Amino acid sequence: MSTPTIAPVIELAGLTKAYNIGTPVETEVLHGIDLSLAEGEFAALIGPSGSGKSTLLNIIGLLERPTGGRLSIGGRDTASLSEAEITQLRGRSIGFVFQFHHLLPAFTALENVMMPTIIARGAADDEAETMALALLDAVGLKAHAHKKPSQLSGGQQQRVAIARALGLKPRLILADEPTGNLDTHTADDIFALLREFNRQTRCACLIVTHDPRLAERCDRIVRLVDGHIAGSV
Amino acid sequence: MKLRLPFAPLVALRFLREGRMQTLLILAGTTGGVAVIVFLTQLITQLQAQIVDRVLGSQAHVVIRPTEEANRRAIDDQGFASLVEPRAQRLRSVDQWESIARLAAGMEGVTAVSPVVTGPAFAVRGQANKSVALMGVDAERYRRIVRMEEYMVAGRFAVDGTRAVIGSELAKDLGIRLEDKLRVALPNGRDEQLQVGGIFDIGNKDLNRRWVFVTLPLAQSLLDLPGGVSNLDLTVADIFDAQAVADRLRGATGLTVDSWMQTNAQLLAALRNQTVSNNLIRSFVVIIVALGIASVLVVSVVQKQKEIGILRAMGASRSMILQVFLIQGAVVGAVGSLFGSLLAFTLLNVFSSIYRNADGSPLFAAELEPRFILMAALVATLVGLASALIPARRAARMDPVQAIRS
Ligand SMILES: Nc1ncnc2c1ncn2[C@@H]1O[C@H](COP(=O)(O)OP(=O)(O)OP(=O)(O)O)[C@@H](O)[C@H]1O
Ligand SMILES: [Mg+2]
Repeated sequence: MSTPTIAPVIELAGLTKAYNIGTPVETEVLHGIDLSLAEGEFAALIGPSGSGKSTLLNIIGLLERPTGGRLSIGGRDTASLSEAEITQLRGRSIGFVFQFHHLLPAFTALENVMMPTIIARGAADDEAETMALALLDAVGLKAHAHKKPSQLSGGQQQRVAIARALGLKPRLILADEPTGNLDTHTADDIFALLREFNRQTRCACLIVTHDPRLAERCDRIVRLVDGHIAGSV
Repeated sequence: MKLRLPFAPLVALRFLREGRMQTLLILAGTTGGVAVIVFLTQLITQLQAQIVDRVLGSQAHVVIRPTEEANRRAIDDQGFASLVEPRAQRLRSVDQWESIARLAAGMEGVTAVSPVVTGPAFAVRGQANKSVALMGVDAERYRRIVRMEEYMVAGRFAVDGTRAVIGSELAKDLGIRLEDKLRVALPNGRDEQLQVGGIFDIGNKDLNRRWVFVTLPLAQSLLDLPGGVSNLDLTVADIFDAQAVADRLRGATGLTVDSWMQTNAQLLAALRNQTVSNNLIRSFVVIIVALGIASVLVVSVVQKQKEIGILRAMGASRSMILQVFLIQGAVVGAVGSLFGSLLAFTLLNVFSSIYRNADGSPLFAAELEPRFILMAALVATLVGLASALIPARRAARMDPVQAIRS
């Protein structure tokens, strides 16, 4: 029996991140992270506050550049990519879900879901709209498609944010405490949604959470302590 | 089919709509600025054109005269200097005026040439006696120098035989009506009985009192200038080109050639000063509007920090963010110029009904040339774009992580 060798969705080797480099307050936040995530993997990233979880997620999400080490996405080393290529790669292959949903208040739920497509394709089209409506339906918000974020509850907003993250069928979903400010019941719903999309689309998911109960329900738990990986189960 | 805007205009318009109060404020500022500029420009252009028109209404653009006879100091063989008195002011003809007229007519920019014989005379009727200027012209040609037909209050502008055309003041002073007789007497003792075939009002009392038009041959014989002319009057295509044409003619002929721009140097200087101060005002207004747009957009960029971070996280490039803010500036400029032009038009209407000439006619027309509106739109859009440049670059350079972390 042979296992197919598919390139991991993300691969980090000896990745470091320091802030305020060259100043007296220089601090290294991540000290040599080795981590890889395969297609369809659903992993929790846990650790105490200040351990570097958000920093790691932002680096994997190409919002920040690492100070050292290697980061590959879909088998591509990102060190050599230009700013424009990084931006494009981020838009096309990564979906973000943030703790505070971060929806655009000036746009409706539907437009928010379509935004990554609008950015990638230059403008909305009928196909993108159909797709976005289907996603809103899937998160149970079809009836709220034309409401602005301010007219939605916290849980509904987070569900819109998840629908938005899935719009371009990304191969990687990064969620930074997606249920952090929701009640347990709603948190379970959101978590279940992510899990379901992960099963359907086989996208890799890395989810930061402080909730051990939710972490237990992931395929894998990565524990970060003081910028080191303390354990990966 | 729905209207689907591309990313940058879509987000730009939404941001403008969302920041309602700010958008209204910069729009109001831009509208006011554009209105002031369009209003001032239209007003000054019109008034200046009117002034120039009025001045040139009774004056040739360029006049060719015989070389002046100046006082000369002659030094004799013994080294004694003696002042040579000027010769008595005798009428002189432009030498070979026919060939000079042909030369002038062939010169680039010259549209009409008219020979004129002019000299002093007395208009006599009964006991009354008025000093006038006899003007011998070819009516057909002279019309292309001064549009006399537009000033006629009675009869036609035509001279023939002893038929003459006089001004309304002279007619009034001497109690002359159309077809009445009028005698002109000259210092040299000649005189002639004229018949008035036309009366003009050129809008200038002095000229209305002095000008007496007769045929060229009649003036030549009365003024002892057989076959000669005292000056050649010229019309040029571009009135502000008159000086250059005069200079060229002077070089080519060696004669005295004056343009209206020399004769009215003070007026021109005043007009130029007015234009300079108008430009100064316009520049200040443009700068103030630009600063207004820029400062509101700078604030907007700071307020939209989070949204910009989200858009960047979703794959929007720096140049896309740059475009979003540049478009906001351009839209504010374009819409402001539209409203501003409307406001200027309203102002022109209001002011033209308030400010009137002595005769009750409006001082200026309440019209707006489309080219001014187009120019205002173009300039305002460009100014909007330029003012958005700094805020837009700030937005594009913003670190998405900072926005998302907070
Ligand atoms: N821009 C920055 N400049 C300097 N230090 C930073 C910067 N961003 C983060 N840090 C530091 O990096 C460390 C890790 O921060 P990070 O936000 O990744 O922690 P976290 O694990 O996500 O914490 P939490 O669970 O509270 O969200 C912290 O000590 C933080 O102060
Ligand atoms: Mg964090």
